[in-house]
Amino acid sequence: MEVEKFDAVVVGAGPAGAAAATTMARAGLSVVLVERGEYPGAKNVMGGVMYGRMAAEVVPEFWTQGAPIERVVVEERIWLATDDSAVSVSHRSPEGAYHPDGCPNAFTVLRAKWDRWFAQKAEEAGALLVPGTTVEDVLWQDGRVAGVRTGREEGDLYADVVVLCDGVNSALVERARLRDHPVEPHQLALGVKEVIGLPPEVIEARFNVERGQGVTIEIYGAVTRGMSGYGFLYTNHDSVSVGVGVLVSHLMRTRIPPYELLEGLKQHPLVRPLLAGGETLEYSAHAIPEGGWRAMPKLYGDGVLVAGDAAMMVNGLHREGSNLAMTAGRLAGETVVEAKRRGDFTARTLSLYAAKLEESFVLKDLRKYRDLPELAERRPDLFGTFAELVNLAAHEMLTVDGLPKRDKQRKIWREVTRRKPLWGLARDLYEVWRAIR
Amino acid sequence: MELRGPSRVEEKLYTLRWKHDRTSHIAITDPRTCADRCGDEWRRPCTTFCPAKVYEWDPEQARIVVAYENCVECTTCLVGCPYRVIDWRPPRGGFGIQYRYG
Repeated sequence: MEVEKFDAVVVGAGPAGAAAATTMARAGLSVVLVERGEYPGAKNVMGGVMYGRMAAEVVPEFWTQGAPIERVVVEERIWLATDDSAVSVSHRSPEGAYHPDGCPNAFTVLRAKWDRWFAQKAEEAGALLVPGTTVEDVLWQDGRVAGVRTGREEGDLYADVVVLCDGVNSALVERARLRDHPVEPHQLALGVKEVIGLPPEVIEARFNVERGQGVTIEIYGAVTRGMSGYGFLYTNHDSVSVGVGVLVSHLMRTRIPPYELLEGLKQHPLVRPLLAGGETLEYSAHAIPEGGWRAMPKLYGDGVLVAGDAAMMVNGLHREGSNLAMTAGRLAGETVVEAKRRGDFTARTLSLYAAKLEESFVLKDLRKYRDLPELAERRPDLFGTFAELVNLAAHEMLTVDGLPKRDKQRKIWREVTRRKPLWGLARDLYEVWRAIR
Repeated sequence: MELRGPSRVEEKLYTLRWKHDRTSHIAITDPRTCADRCGDEWRRPCTTFCPAKVYEWDPEQARIVVAYENCVECTTCLVGCPYRVIDWRPPRGGFGIQYRYG
């Protein structure tokens, strides 16, 4: 029997995989999109904020096509929190929430719904979606990747190119010899979250938004209990996603169970009133690749490309990931289309993918923040200390007790330098600046 | 104000849906390491970092008991086991966690 061979096999129907499959199928290539969940999104979790520009580059005008957008983000808040207070910075711009063409800049999604819809676009473009199928290994032929072995009987799939989009801690990246050392605990975060159901009008009143509008809150400081990471609240249509992510290396040291961390966040005096009366619809947890540019695998080989979480494409500082994944998936797809035109699927042609990524925000941003993961690992105290100090200063200045303001300034300065010597403060600021400049 | 909802992890897991396979997708490749080295040096962090409480130390049997049915497939244990003796593989196609929201 003749073995069926495809132009491309894509492993994983998340944002990267669906973007790659859509791009290739639209160009007329034969594409199989293999997904281990019973439906795309069944295994996938994020906060989650999705970015419109990168989604529109895969599905033009997606916002007019029934995309499962929860709420368009019109306000972003950052809290520097202690156990019972916070200094808040926010930006609100209902008009600025859209690009000039009407595309929403940022919007909240629930991945089980979004991924299903997004993968359906790949199917509509002509890709063959095969859900409920686990890829166990890559197949080799003459020293190049030539397909994948699935868990199904007679489940070998052959293709000119395999695009690995199988997510964080991809075993296939190692099997494809794109990485020769395992991911380390400080290169990984664990996020835990609850989706808490609330009536839309309650959400709109509590977060001061109108129908369809949403708010994001990122919470730094005490809520991570001395670990590097942050808590978050994102408004959905009729639920709020509340969660917290911290480095696995810090979880190993502190031995704080992640669900207790989440419970602490939910009970925080500033968070509790926002969630009151809500009912938990679903608990979830997922690892997040946080190793950054320095921890990325090789992005291409003979007959193989890797995109998304599997390639460490997460910008943790800006809570971006799915947008990097969609862009990388699309560029991987374009590369395969070009390789097909040239009839060459070796690393020589597929290196075009890395060149395209270098030109895009994906590698430019990851390279910019390449030193941040090391700082996050080494200095879990930074955010907690900073949050303590700014709250102390704000509280003193806002407490009207008859003490003259100049005396208050002196008191704040004394207290700040007692807790954190001036040279230490200067050194910390310099370290942070160096890591994000 | 009161916050209704599950405060314990067991209650949180009740909100989830799985399609359970009959066999485990998780194996401890070297239980001695958990008992000896990890107990001394790390106090078995899998018992605290796993968000679904899959790993519990049984002092009588002196081994880690694996409740694979609870696994939410976050993959943290692949990296968080200090001695890499947790052999975690994705469940068979279609089995395992099925997020409805995600």
